[in-house]
Amino acid sequence: MAGVGGGNDFQWCFSQVKGAIDEDVAEADIISTVEFNYSGELLATGDKGGRVVIFQREQESKNRPHSRGEYNVYSTFQSHEPEFDYLKSLEIEEKINKIRWLPQQNAAHSLLSTNDKTIKLWKISQRDKRAEGYNLKDEDGRLRDPFRITSLRVPVLLPMDRMVEASPRRIFANAHTYHINSISVNSDHETYLSADDLRVNLWHLEITDRSFNIVDIKPANMEELTEVITAAECHPHQCNVFVYSSSKGTIRLCDMRAAALCDRQSKFFEEPEDPSSRSFFSEIISSISDVKFSHSGRYMMTRDYLSVKVWDLNMENRPVETYQVHEYLRSKLCSLYENDCIFDKFECCWNGADSAIMTGSYNNFFRMFDRNTRRDITLEASRENSKPRAILKARKVSTGGKRKKDEISVDSLDFNKKILHTAWHPKENVIAVAATNNLYIFQDKIN
Amino acid sequence: MANMYSKGTKRKFSDGVDNKAVAASYSLQRQSLLDMSLLKLQLCHMLAEPNLCRSVLIANTVRQIQEEMAHDGSWQVVTEALGGSGHGPSDRLVDTEVLCQSSEQQDGGPRLYSVMGYDGCREEEVVTDKALCSVVVGDRAPALLLGTIGHCWDRGELRVEDGVSKDSGTGEEEGTKSGEGAKMATGQVFGTFEIKNGAPGSDPALEELFSDVDASYYDLDTMLTGMQSAPKMGPYDFLDSLASSHGSVSNSSCRADLNELDHIMEIIVGS
Repeated sequence: MAGVGGGNDFQWCFSQVKGAIDEDVAEADIISTVEFNYSGELLATGDKGGRVVIFQREQESKNRPHSRGEYNVYSTFQSHEPEFDYLKSLEIEEKINKIRWLPQQNAAHSLLSTNDKTIKLWKISQRDKRAEGYNLKDEDGRLRDPFRITSLRVPVLLPMDRMVEASPRRIFANAHTYHINSISVNSDHETYLSADDLRVNLWHLEITDRSFNIVDIKPANMEELTEVITAAECHPHQCNVFVYSSSKGTIRLCDMRAAALCDRQSKFFEEPEDPSSRSFFSEIISSISDVKFSHSGRYMMTRDYLSVKVWDLNMENRPVETYQVHEYLRSKLCSLYENDCIFDKFECCWNGADSAIMTGSYNNFFRMFDRNTRRDITLEASRENSKPRAILKARKVSTGGKRKKDEISVDSLDFNKKILHTAWHPKENVIAVAATNNLYIFQDKIN
Repeated sequence: MANMYSKGTKRKFSDGVDNKAVAASYSLQRQSLLDMSLLKLQLCHMLAEPNLCRSVLIANTVRQIQEEMAHDGSWQVVTEALGGSGHGPSDRLVDTEVLCQSSEQQDGGPRLYSVMGYDGCREEEVVTDKALCSVVVGDRAPALLLGTIGHCWDRGELRVEDGVSKDSGTGEEEGTKSGEGAKMATGQVFGTFEIKNGAPGSDPALEELFSDVDASYYDLDTMLTGMQSAPKMGPYDFLDSLASSHGSVSNSSCRADLNELDHIMEIIVGS
């Protein structure tokens, strides 16, 4: 699988953009999660308004060989509604925090979607055929008089306009006091975990009235709280292993076979702090916003405010690779603290071969790093580069001194245009990038 | 200015005029960072439901700054450098103290960082709704400015946890010891104010009677700012209400209302 752009071998092209063009962005339309399914045929997005939109890739047709399969809307449904917690006099946001697909087991597709408090299992099924020629009822559904039936016929299946239906099959509620930040389907395809700021719970997909609490870091005295859980994920192959990251920049790997309550980790990953770069913001920028296992299960990747780190699960004392996403922001941390941008939670993702990683930045920039060649590239998701199959040009931020042509200075960056959510097709070089309320799809150049 | 923060370099105060000026400037910046952080904590507490991760990170930052300030012994230096009176940082602290104390209780002289912790204070606040006055009187250290954050976080646990709540007073011992006047009490940053849960001698029947009362009504912080359990407010509304509530604190009318409240409670309980 090809790597990252910058050379003759590989380039990214614009493919599609979904969403309104208006400058005025409705809050509810802001995309809050993006996820490909296991085959890459489906692409799901969740937004702040609690809606889920699923795109399906069209089959490549012989008529238009130059147009790779495009993603078109497959299903749209309202997953979560705003709720009011009467006990606390607080609104529960309907924003979809995460979507995770379940492995496909039959013709229907299933996914888990979650807001701050409730996880729902949705089944999306389609009907594109209908039966005609029933014996006992008319075409319009009315029952036929049995005495009138003189002969038998076999009903036939005829094609019809495709109808896609999404129905909530399970609702997993009331298990989280704090805000859910992660869900992760286990490799056993029977269980999944959900994590909030202080606890991680293990669920069985069939059982909604019970969940097991497997991690609890809530101190007896809330006064002593100094660290929260920021993300959690199940190991892709070992169903007894999972990791969770913290606001102090640490990752704990736990083995569920060791104890019912995994408060004591099996492995503890932390990079020693560099004393020369210590500042009042050190802890905040070390807070991990996302953790993702590689597809191989041998590595995991963490995203903190300024960098992405790849860890070998066998080495706890430091990461094996560190990539700077936007180091030029280090001198601006005070302003970013003031405008709260320093608390933005960026996600990261692997490509299918684990040879490249991608994460977002500001000004609608996103970054890709090739682990083998050590090349990196900065690209922009913008309407200006939205001509079909237009090749994306590498962007550069000038870090001081003379600003070259085509470079953009740090002070001109738009910090309201942040790319927090990106996804990479599990098998091909197709990526989905969420820029506020727009979803961009990029593909590699067709030769 | 940004460089100061990112490098986090410390300066010694001892030698030379230049160093002193630089140190004072660094201290000023550090102070402004501290003020910004405290304001953020106040504001996020007033909004719908605070983002726990963000609150924890900001509170940890505040704690770090305080520890450094205490370590430097720089409180005295800063106040001196700025003339000590009038518009020093202590004044800003006094302002925030208003939230935690009624006017009669302010001792002579500003208590630096007593916003973080204090003991034995009794407070009485008046809610803008004159019909009822909720009086909060406690022998232990009541909620702190930052302590209300812990309380807010614990809202979710109101009916989940029963049993005796820890006295927020025990948090005092966990606070780091510091220089004169500054009650660091960092352990009290998230002190919970659980007067309604597990108060000594609380009657379970009484609790059940009021089990569906919106407990946030008794939230100290909402009392202090003269609001009734308003879950959502914009960041600047808080500052406005701050100004108005300060003027409305009044003891005598509160006492009268307190008697009225007692009377009403007696009728309801039927004692």
